[in-house]
Amino acid sequence: MTNPPNNAAAGRASAAGPVITCQQLTKRFGDFVAVNGISFEVAAGEIFGFLGANGAGKTTAMRMLCGLLGPTEGAATVAGCDVFREPERIKQHIGYMSQKFSLYEDLTVRENIRFYGGVYGLKTAAIREKTTALLQRLGLAAERDTLVGSLPLGWKQKLAFSVALLHEPAVIFLDEPTGGVDPITRRQFWDLIYEAAARGVTIFITTHYMDEAEYCDRVSIMVDGRIDALDTPAGLKRQFGVASMDEVFLHLARGAKNVE
Amino acid sequence: MKSFLMFVRKEFYHIFRDPRTLLILFGMPVALVTLFGFALTNEIKNADVAVLDFDKGQHAQQVQHRLFSSGYFGLRDYATSYPDVAAAFRQGHVKLAVVFPVGFSRDLDHLGHAQVQLVADASDQNTAVSLVNYATAIIKTYEQEHTKRPAGAGPRVEAVARLYFNPGLKAAYTFVPGTMALILLLVSAMLTSITIAREKETGTMEVLLVSPMRQLPIIIGKILPYFLLSFINGLIILALGVWVLDIPQRGSLALLLAETLLYILVALTLGVLISTRAASQQTAMLTSMLSLLLPTLILSGFLFPLESMPLPLQTVSRIIPARYYIVILKGIMIKGLGLRELWRETAVLAGMAGGLLLLALGSLKNRLA
Amino acid sequence: MPAVELLNISKSYGTTPAVRDISLAVEAGELFGLIGPDGAGKTTLFRILTTLLLADAGTATVAGHDVVRDFRAIRNVVGYMPGKFSLYPDLTVQENLEFFAAVFRTTVAENYELVKDIYEQLAPFKNRRSGALSGGMKQKLALCCALIHKPQVLLLDEPTTGVDAVSRQEFWHMLGTLKARGITIVVSTPYMDEAALCERVALLQEGQVLRIDTPAALRAAYPWPLYAVRAARMHPLLQDLRAYPAAHSCYAFGEAAHLSLRQPAPDAAARLTAYLTGHGHTGVVVEPVEATIEDTFMDLLAQRQPSPNSAHDQPAQ
Repeated sequence: MTNPPNNAAAGRASAAGPVITCQQLTKRFGDFVAVNGISFEVAAGEIFGFLGANGAGKTTAMRMLCGLLGPTEGAATVAGCDVFREPERIKQHIGYMSQKFSLYEDLTVRENIRFYGGVYGLKTAAIREKTTALLQRLGLAAERDTLVGSLPLGWKQKLAFSVALLHEPAVIFLDEPTGGVDPITRRQFWDLIYEAAARGVTIFITTHYMDEAEYCDRVSIMVDGRIDALDTPAGLKRQFGVASMDEVFLHLARGAKNVE
Repeated sequence: MKSFLMFVRKEFYHIFRDPRTLLILFGMPVALVTLFGFALTNEIKNADVAVLDFDKGQHAQQVQHRLFSSGYFGLRDYATSYPDVAAAFRQGHVKLAVVFPVGFSRDLDHLGHAQVQLVADASDQNTAVSLVNYATAIIKTYEQEHTKRPAGAGPRVEAVARLYFNPGLKAAYTFVPGTMALILLLVSAMLTSITIAREKETGTMEVLLVSPMRQLPIIIGKILPYFLLSFINGLIILALGVWVLDIPQRGSLALLLAETLLYILVALTLGVLISTRAASQQTAMLTSMLSLLLPTLILSGFLFPLESMPLPLQTVSRIIPARYYIVILKGIMIKGLGLRELWRETAVLAGMAGGLLLLALGSLKNRLA
Repeated sequence: MPAVELLNISKSYGTTPAVRDISLAVEAGELFGLIGPDGAGKTTLFRILTTLLLADAGTATVAGHDVVRDFRAIRNVVGYMPGKFSLYPDLTVQENLEFFAAVFRTTVAENYELVKDIYEQLAPFKNRRSGALSGGMKQKLALCCALIHKPQVLLLDEPTTGVDAVSRQEFWHMLGTLKARGITIVVSTPYMDEAALCERVALLQEGQVLRIDTPAALRAAYPWPLYAVRAARMHPLLQDLRAYPAAHSCYAFGEAAHLSLRQPAPDAAARLTAYLTGHGHTGVVVEPVEATIEDTFMDLLAQRQPSPNSAHDQPAQ
């Protein structure tokens, strides 16, 4: 890479149109079609739930959108970057957090923040400023020199989320971010998600908790590599004539033939 | 008993379904023994030689005959002049030239000593020195047989004492037993070291512990399949040693096999012991590599003579199983010794096997940490 | 006599307490749930019950056997599914089952009746290596393996974690069938909605029991007037509800927010609607709602004496 792309400029550009677009995006592994022509758009600041049974193709689709895996065919852009031609540029414009964290357990809170700031090429002064703000917001100021490994799970998750937003990405991909924590902590995590979305960050999230699907602006449900349903939670429940997202999901996934 | 047999069967499934295990078990030993056997040897075979014979007498003929029938040298050029020899060296045709001066046979008959000139290509210094040494030794031997005079008055070439004590000059004799001991130990220990650690990783150890199965059948069940397979492995390595690397087999074959089994048992229990302590396959693999490879290489007497080591290292070398197995291997195969001479080493290995088995048993807890 | 009994059990790893003075009893034939997030002590409790760990203090029995003294006896009568995937991935479905049957000194044929319903679902894949099965299938096979010796007590540590909603539902259905056969089942889960499927549950947090009761009683025990509140935009709704003077607590709950009030009031719903409309919310719907187990759990969490390393004491913003 010659010129590090300008995050702020990309953010402005994408604010006008959708931040994620997918047209007939497909991924084959040999004969197996993991993702089968999915199409959708996600607007700036939207919370987009990406659901599906184990093996439905969620992970593969998410990897393509993150620039980690080349699609077989179709077209997709993330934050204005083409996933075929500019997979490396995408990485400057997205944040990523998975259940397995991206933090180093043997570094302190502050060292982790500094490290990730450095990875994304932030200036030392900017890192210092952001660190203070971030610790303030999470109420972690007193723990700044604590090893991340010794923090409770809930704090680690919140910290990992905030660190993934450090370079002000246009989109953040969250892969089952709230596993294993108590219900209050899980909701506190969602407060962070809402705040980020209110600031204009696009949220792309997978989860096994069906109540969390209800917190999304729109939800897509993948079955056997296809997107079988895409609407607001209320719209989906209306469409299937059921009372909860859990039932919508069960209704769709029962018809699945691929299991991992 | 049925659960034990089932356990053993399961271990065989693991082994035969994992190409990596099979490769380590059978591919690695063959590759390594062959590699070590040939690569670590500084032995000379059929080196190209030019002869410049100004003498043309009976002794010159016979010395040449000796040289070329030794297997170390092959006649490449029969030169007629010094420029011929120089040209052969320049073109790289020959590694060594033997020059018999005029009157070589006559001097040897009448004066009791004569001169042979050995010219070697010193661009490869080690080979040059070896070639000169070998040739010197052969000539010296000839001279001794054909004059009644004591050694030292023969052809004026430097005699090399090493030759007399190691007339075969086969480097394979020193390297191959060491390699065999090392490979058997590494392969056996590495494979068993990951087996219990793997069950800890998959969570199956937890289920096995919460079952009526005891620790002893688990450990024996882990060792037994590898014991059988490692023995086949040992046979392959021994066969390679004898038929490919030309190690003699002078002693009792039954004793050799029994000692090999004993040594394999030590290696396997060592692997199981490591496995009971390690939490992951990676740790187990690394531990067995680090704790076995280097100490065995350095302290078994394989590469470096133990006698010239400082006392503390010599003491440490006493816990290296390979040290005893090398002595046993050399004793049986090369010297043709029997149990009467080798019982001490055998007893040490047996003691180690028993001790390690007890340690492994003690260390496979019947609860978690 | 209870099938499982814990009396004042405590266990620490180094200086970190994992289980603090827990007592509970599970009746024979009961389907009992241990509900709580990671770090609640669920796995430690299972390891103590399966005789894999020794408690620092307290006593425990399983099927009448002491976990320390009679640990061999317990190992014959319990079926255990650890939290991790606990099958041999390189063995086929059939081979796994046969192996575990042999380890427990029985045969598949002998107890086939018990696992028949579950195993028939796996039968089409019986020659497939278990490593190549889907998450839901692995979980069913692991359950078969834990059942093959006809245990009196089944101990299942988070069997549904990381498994999709369809497989989870099927799994709970199977547990219901096993319970009907008289097997005592202790199952742990971090999913609050699964608590409702147990006969009785213990709500756990950081090694302590918050409460043990039936799901119905836990819901009934919720002490505050509770309302489900809907509006067009969730995030501003939550913020405004938290600022509502009469609010006791407010949490997002699916498409609605659950708001609990400090005092019951007959016109509470109307006043709340007016308040929200006044704050510019549209599509406001306020209706009284029955508490779920999750409401009770969160209420108990909030009441708890905060401990130095509890995750939720800190304000989120």
